[in-house]
Amino acid sequence: FSCSSSGVKPAVATGLVGTVQQQDIMKWNGWGYADSKFFFNKKGQGEFTGKRYRLSGLILPSLKDWFEGTFGANLQHKSPPSLNTSAVAPPSLNEAFVEELKSTGIPFSHDTEDRVFRAHGHCLHEIFSLRDGRVGRCPDMVVWPNCHNDVVKIVELACKHSVCLIPYGGGTSVSSALECPPEETRSIVSLDTSQMNRILWIDEKNLTAHVEAGIIGQDLERLLNESGYCTGHEPDSMEFSSLGGWVATRASGMKKNIYGNIEDLVVHIKMVTPRGVIEKSCQGPRMSTGPDIHHFILGSEGTLGVVTEVTLKIRPIPEYQKYGSVVFPNFQQGVACLREVAKQRCAPASIRLMDNEQFQFGHALKPQVSSIFTSFLDGLKKFYITKFKGFDPHHLCVATLLFEGDREKVLQHEKLVYDIAAKFGGLAAGEDNGQRGYMLTFVIAYLRDLGMEYYVIGESFETSVPWDRWVLDLCRNVKERIVRECKEKGVQFPPLSTCRVTQTYDAGACVYFYFAFNYRGLSDPVHVYEQVEHAAREEILANGGSLSHHHGVGKLRKEWMQETISSVGLGMLKSVKDYLDPNNIFGNRNLL
Amino acid sequence: MASKALYSHRDPVLKKRDDFEDILEERRNSSDLRYAFKCYTPVLYRGLTPCKAATLKSMVLQSEQLLHVINQVSAESGESTDVVKDEAAAILEEMAHRLQLRTIRFFAYTLSKAFKALYRSVCVNEEGIQRLQQAMQEHPVVLLPSHRSYMDFLMMSYILYTYDLSLPVIAAGMDFLGMKFVGEMLRMSGAFFIRRSFGGDQLYWAVFSEYVKTMLRKGYAPIEFFLEGTRSRTCKSLTPKLGLLNIVMEPFFKGEVFDVNLVPVSMSYERVLEESLYARELLGVPKPKESTSGLLKARKILSEDYGSMHVYFSPPVSVRSLAQGRINRSQFNLTPRHVAQKPSEETQAFVNDVAYRIVRLQQENMVVKPWVLVATLLLQSVEGMELTELMEQTSWLRDLARMFGAFLDWPDHTPCSMVVSSSISLHRNLACVSGSRISLVVEGPQGPETPEEALFNRAVSVLSCASYRNQVLHVFLRPALLAMALSNANSSRKEDIYSCFDFLRNVFSDEFILSPGASVQDFDEACHLLVKCGAVELLHQDVVMAESGRTVLSFLTLLLEPFLQGYQVVCRYLREEATENLTEKQFIPAVRSFAVKLHLSGSLKCYEVLSSDLQKNALNALIRLNVVRRVRTNEQVLFKVNKAAVNSVEDTLGGRIPTQKSILARL
Repeated sequence: FSCSSSGVKPAVATGLVGTVQQQDIMKWNGWGYADSKFFFNKKGQGEFTGKRYRLSGLILPSLKDWFEGTFGANLQHKSPPSLNTSAVAPPSLNEAFVEELKSTGIPFSHDTEDRVFRAHGHCLHEIFSLRDGRVGRCPDMVVWPNCHNDVVKIVELACKHSVCLIPYGGGTSVSSALECPPEETRSIVSLDTSQMNRILWIDEKNLTAHVEAGIIGQDLERLLNESGYCTGHEPDSMEFSSLGGWVATRASGMKKNIYGNIEDLVVHIKMVTPRGVIEKSCQGPRMSTGPDIHHFILGSEGTLGVVTEVTLKIRPIPEYQKYGSVVFPNFQQGVACLREVAKQRCAPASIRLMDNEQFQFGHALKPQVSSIFTSFLDGLKKFYITKFKGFDPHHLCVATLLFEGDREKVLQHEKLVYDIAAKFGGLAAGEDNGQRGYMLTFVIAYLRDLGMEYYVIGESFETSVPWDRWVLDLCRNVKERIVRECKEKGVQFPPLSTCRVTQTYDAGACVYFYFAFNYRGLSDPVHVYEQVEHAAREEILANGGSLSHHHGVGKLRKEWMQETISSVGLGMLKSVKDYLDPNNIFGNRNLL
Repeated sequence: MASKALYSHRDPVLKKRDDFEDILEERRNSSDLRYAFKCYTPVLYRGLTPCKAATLKSMVLQSEQLLHVINQVSAESGESTDVVKDEAAAILEEMAHRLQLRTIRFFAYTLSKAFKALYRSVCVNEEGIQRLQQAMQEHPVVLLPSHRSYMDFLMMSYILYTYDLSLPVIAAGMDFLGMKFVGEMLRMSGAFFIRRSFGGDQLYWAVFSEYVKTMLRKGYAPIEFFLEGTRSRTCKSLTPKLGLLNIVMEPFFKGEVFDVNLVPVSMSYERVLEESLYARELLGVPKPKESTSGLLKARKILSEDYGSMHVYFSPPVSVRSLAQGRINRSQFNLTPRHVAQKPSEETQAFVNDVAYRIVRLQQENMVVKPWVLVATLLLQSVEGMELTELMEQTSWLRDLARMFGAFLDWPDHTPCSMVVSSSISLHRNLACVSGSRISLVVEGPQGPETPEEALFNRAVSVLSCASYRNQVLHVFLRPALLAMALSNANSSRKEDIYSCFDFLRNVFSDEFILSPGASVQDFDEACHLLVKCGAVELLHQDVVMAESGRTVLSFLTLLLEPFLQGYQVVCRYLREEATENLTEKQFIPAVRSFAVKLHLSGSLKCYEVLSSDLQKNALNALIRLNVVRRVRTNEQVLFKVNKAAVNSVEDTLGGRIPTQKSILARL
């Protein structure tokens, strides 16, 4: 990524490779790196700490006003995390299993901190409980296999001693997938894949790379970059999420328009199941050999086994990369433009459309301008758009673009897209706005932690939906449903309910919702939050949206699976589970 | 927001209703001209960009929905799409409204004059208006007034104009277009015209439904139509028609709008303009064709006093909350939205339930005038009664009606006798006092009249009077059915009485608004009310008449007696006289002359059987009970009668055989 020739500083932070304990540099009760966080300084100005992001160390003068204005929050009203360390139940160990594991030499631990760190993903209720010092059922121990064969041994032992295994990759789940089922009576072992993080080989003739599944997204990208390649798979969580996790949840990357989603990228998968190891015998690019067994693995969410090694397609690093942005007078026009771009199949590597609320939010994160000249230019731009072009600041919305390829083609492509945008009233709004849009993707998760300091809780959820008017109608109905449910549930302040279109397809789009509210005055804010999110999901389904585009089902959305894939479909999945794992060794109880 | 409690068991007296405000009062004190030219700036549906009627038309013609059907029709008929498109454009041209403020102002002026001449007051619940205004900003609104008179939609638009609310677009029957000039005036005041029947015409249906849905989706204007489909000639609520209701709910089902709000409006007239016209129509005098000259002739009505009228806007009913848990909207996900889908059974049942719910809400908030009670009592003693007795009974009936939850407009602090005599004087064309007795007025010719003419004239006054009694039927209906079941059942066991009740309810479900599938709730409601007024007692497994219950029960039984007799006469006709080849066209005249014969021979005293409305309803009931079969041959529709079964229904109605047996006999 850093080799991109546009010369911009990478939006993604640089992490450490191969450290035994990634948890050392990460927060245990919030998102991301321990050194990076938003806070309000003594003057009440927003600031972002650390050195990892473009925003790090900068002052954000408009953040406070936006924050107070949007949520009715007040910097005087703080809701700091309670510091009493939780009483985590002591581990219930399966002695026979531990004994035999010791003899294999595979490292393991039942240290409390290690266990708690792997007991959760990043759902609101999980983080909220942690801040309150509440921890539910935790894994009883953690094992760190170093390679495929280690995993085979662990799974064999687990079967032999009836131990429950929960695979753990990057821990970025937002579907309650990592939660330990409270009703589980067996000893629960968290199988942490983080030590399986090597690129085993690169095949330049076929443009494939064979990689261990525990590798973290940004490490994979950086290591490949060193050889002049990339996968191009960049989910928003790529700083922390793992290759195995992508496979297990059917992940989607920001630049899927060029590189494809994870299911398009994998050529070969090796997975260890209680029944044995499953893999194909060749790496042919396509096969007609009955239903593709990869599709039982993709999206299996850790219920069938552990993905240990994956062969992925790779591409040479693009010569040139360019950001861009377009302002539209309203969301409707913006969606129409995206639809047209998808129709002509000329979508750039990434194209996203933010609604007005997010556009305003983006503005709140503008750093202090360094010179009078820049601020003068900004003022001029604003004047041009709102006064001269007559865009209503309360309706306009912005699309962010990312082009990749050879320089000449990128420039041609760029012109084509801007020409289409112009037909829908779109005005080019500069590279900087575009780049900031993508940067926001990475820091927005940190913002939730800031909110929680001041009685604001929130989360994002996503769906995919056919074009025509479903996109627009769905967005409007879901946003309205959220506002209405909040009111009915007694939320005292109007919620932030906003959406963006993050991916386009021939037949539809992926829509992302952000929803947050000020919970002062509520006795059980998380319950209210969950009720509203539940209602919002019902609304999505009623309006023709899918249960999930890429977050997965986990335990959070399980109740809708039957409705979504029919009871026969569910039966098919269950029979696969019953064959591969009759004793439910992989007992995280996701999906089914 | 939605009144979920509609079918639940509750005490109707506790229902809270809003106060009324007379909108004519201001008209009498200030300039009508200034009123007509007042600044009119209604609040709009949020996010609405107002558009012209012409833009609306082109939106409809270019809609995917319509284009899809045009292509289909063209493929089926072999016509080119351009030809079909022109056809669609012509249909739309004939249908579409051309709402313009000029015309509205003209009506505002002339109607002010007319209303002041006709009515003493026009009372509106202002809280309802406020709720409506709120709803209009948030969601597309559908106005669903009751339909008793041509005045209804003029009055609706007039009221909305007065309160500075968005003017509705109104679905009207094509027959108005027959009136030169007036049809076009109505069009310019927001009416759009639909054919009365267009059964199989796919293109017509597509244009029509897309036109309505486009207006709704855009929030262009509130949409107004009459669930009852036509003016009720009897002043009873009619069985709701579902076509338009289906159309306006679809945008919600398909996620095109967040919600749709239905607003029932109850319009009650102290005197209906069309009162004696209706009675004649029911007796077979053809309905005068709508014509401008007819309208001008009707000017003489301006000199008459039509008392006061009440318009009650019920709280908006949210389709979204009604559909919660009943409609799985994802069923619409698998077909593109522009492809019309036949509603599933689940959806049809839901729409039907909503329709009944709305009609019942209309009924609940209908204002009952004292005269309605007087007319009810007079009809129970057609030969006339002592004035003092009438006063006494009216006061008794007033208390009973109140106890049953009627929305009575009874002046406070005025002696009952004053109230009664003033309402008699308003209706002097129907009742007259001579000496100490009061009786029905029967118009007669100057010279001698034939027995048939005398019967006809008498029937006109009875049916006119009945149209007032009918306005209170919804209050007494369920207890009255129970009273009848009590007298018909051969034991006092609750199951027996219920099965009798259920049978009667089933037989009369075309005659009255009885929601399908709500038999148990209705029975409970009836029991509750009769227990409350002390007419019956519930003992373990029995329902028995209380000592003091005789008066109430006999009043209630007498109330439904005309209908019971009427249905029995229809049965008797079918049993005795119907031939193998009874056609649909022959049915009504034949029943009528059969009834006339019975009357003239002195063996029948009931006049209401002469009403074509009752005859049709009775026939429909018998068809529903599988006693009569409707057979469609090439040219006509024939009725095949199972005489034994008819006989058993007739006997069951008369209480001569118990319900169980009659059900067996039907099988």
